[in-house]
Amino acid sequence: MSISRRKFMQAGAAAVTGAAIAPGIHLVELAQARSPEEAASTAKRWGLLIDSEKCTAGCSFCVDACHTEHNITSNNRPETDAQWIRKVTAKDPDTGYTHYLPVMCQHCEKPPCVDVCPTGASFKRADGIVLVDKHICIGCRYCMMACPYKARSFIHEEITNQKSYVPRGKGTVESCTLCVHKIDRGDNNTACAEACTEFGNDAILFGDLSDLKTEIAKRRKTEPSRQLRSDLNLNTGVRYQGL
Amino acid sequence: MKQLTYDMIKGTSFGYWTLLGIFGVLIAAGLGSAYYMETNGHYVTGMNNQIVWGMPHVFAVFLIVAASGALNVASIGSVFGKTMYKPLARLSALLAIALLVGGLAILVLDLGRPDRLIISMTIYNFKSIFAWNMILYSGFIAVVGIYIWTMMQHNLKKYNRAAGMGAFIWRLTLTTGTGSIFGFLVARSAYDAAIMAPMFIIMSFSFGLAIFLIYLIATYHLTGRPLGDVIVNRLRKLLGIFVISVLYFVLVYHLTNLYLAEHSGIERFILLDGGIYTKVFWIDQIIIGSLIPLLIFYVPVFYKSRLMLSFGALLVVFGGLAQLYVIIIGGQAYPLQIFPGMEVSSSFGDGQTGNYTATPAEILLGIGGVGIALAAATFAIKILPFLPQSLANEVVDPHSTPTT
Repeated sequence: MSISRRKFMQAGAAAVTGAAIAPGIHLVELAQARSPEEAASTAKRWGLLIDSEKCTAGCSFCVDACHTEHNITSNNRPETDAQWIRKVTAKDPDTGYTHYLPVMCQHCEKPPCVDVCPTGASFKRADGIVLVDKHICIGCRYCMMACPYKARSFIHEEITNQKSYVPRGKGTVESCTLCVHKIDRGDNNTACAEACTEFGNDAILFGDLSDLKTEIAKRRKTEPSRQLRSDLNLNTGVRYQGL
Repeated sequence: MKQLTYDMIKGTSFGYWTLLGIFGVLIAAGLGSAYYMETNGHYVTGMNNQIVWGMPHVFAVFLIVAASGALNVASIGSVFGKTMYKPLARLSALLAIALLVGGLAILVLDLGRPDRLIISMTIYNFKSIFAWNMILYSGFIAVVGIYIWTMMQHNLKKYNRAAGMGAFIWRLTLTTGTGSIFGFLVARSAYDAAIMAPMFIIMSFSFGLAIFLIYLIATYHLTGRPLGDVIVNRLRKLLGIFVISVLYFVLVYHLTNLYLAEHSGIERFILLDGGIYTKVFWIDQIIIGSLIPLLIFYVPVFYKSRLMLSFGALLVVFGGLAQLYVIIIGGQAYPLQIFPGMEVSSSFGDGQTGNYTATPAEILLGIGGVGIALAAATFAIKILPFLPQSLANEVVDPHSTPTT
């Protein structure tokens, strides 16, 4: 088989162009993630939209995924074991109608836990994620007293085999980080939302609330949703539908 | 009025060292408990993710509140010019510092990371009432220390009134801060009330004076110093008024909450069907801690006995601990109302009354704090002149008839 001079030139040009563009494409992908030196930006406000009509009894893929992602293990002491996310059953006593929904840190715009923390260990990142700096948390638990959502856990005993991206330790307080490590590396999703979509009922949607092009922002604009304890006016990053 | 002379107690008797030894054992038990809790982690206590503050906090808040109240006796003398109280000012200020140190020790030893205490003293979030309290507490020790100095150093006497006023304002701010720890918690039905801060102030008057009265009677009895009825009766009547005032604030707090439908759940829980918390409220706080002491303070056959009077004051202390148990632990046991009007359940105890049983370690840590306060005060009266040689009637009140 012979190849014409014209075809050879065409193939060569395509190869050169591809070689030139490919790294660029890769660079575009990488641009989703922040470099460690780059600060979180107020241009984003990360959050979740949870549809309690889709969420069902008995399904716990979101909880399992979260606990696997962060290596949160049980010591079979439910009152002192950490739970970053839990499935809540809420039944209307008049009608008997029952809602099932996951509850985790609501990532408030005005978080009471951050207000009360004496050392500033509880803090809110510019992109709306509420976190605990485990290096300066003294374990006073005042944030747990202040949180309206019971979202925080105190680490009551020694833990081992922590993941490198989730610093955790006995004597400090922790809660849902909105998978900040995944956001920072550009995954653009949380473990709970991924698991719910893949294995569950597609009830949890993660996204940037401030970018009107995202699905979460569009749905929040066109469909009804609400905050838990909206009377407290905390402007939560996690919103619920169907309640 | 006869010349008032202060001196140190001898503190050489077997009884003195035995007493100090007992306080030492209490402190050792408290430190041992703290070590046990810290090395194992808090799962060995009754505290959990719903009841995050337990018995150590009941003792700690009691001692801190009582500390500012113990200073009241001095304030009545130097700020309000009631001369009869002036001889008691030094002891009042000493007890204030000792009780505060005891309370703070418990708080620190209960932290998840007590080794990071330095962080809480160097990094402040000024929006946190806790951070403010750290400044208010350490400042209190300094301000009252200066106040004591102006009382003891002859050439500083001219600053005494100003120092007393400063300490008085500081203690009011401190108790407001302590009450606000709870008053600012909007999310919890039991705490979201502005009345918390003034209620804590009046509680401090009562608890602080009860401890002062017990300590005064015990010390003067054990050292064989004269303590006349004039001063004791004055303090007894005052304590009675404070106990009634606390009851009044408790009544207003509950009446206000009962009026609001959103708080009817927590009211029903505390007053009617909260199990242990309802019992502690009615039996321990109201009957044993308030009504029986009032009976003792106002019926002559009881209050004429110093032992009975001290017992009455001890019941006020017990009632105070019970009140803080109901506020701190009862307030957390009642579930958070995340879904108002719904029946809620989860693997994390949502919608359920929190379980809490204080473990011996927690109680011992609390008692260890009391031991620190008592040991500090008992040692201080040996090394500095805190106590008047005599508080006989003719010493404290020139118009009284001599003590027989």
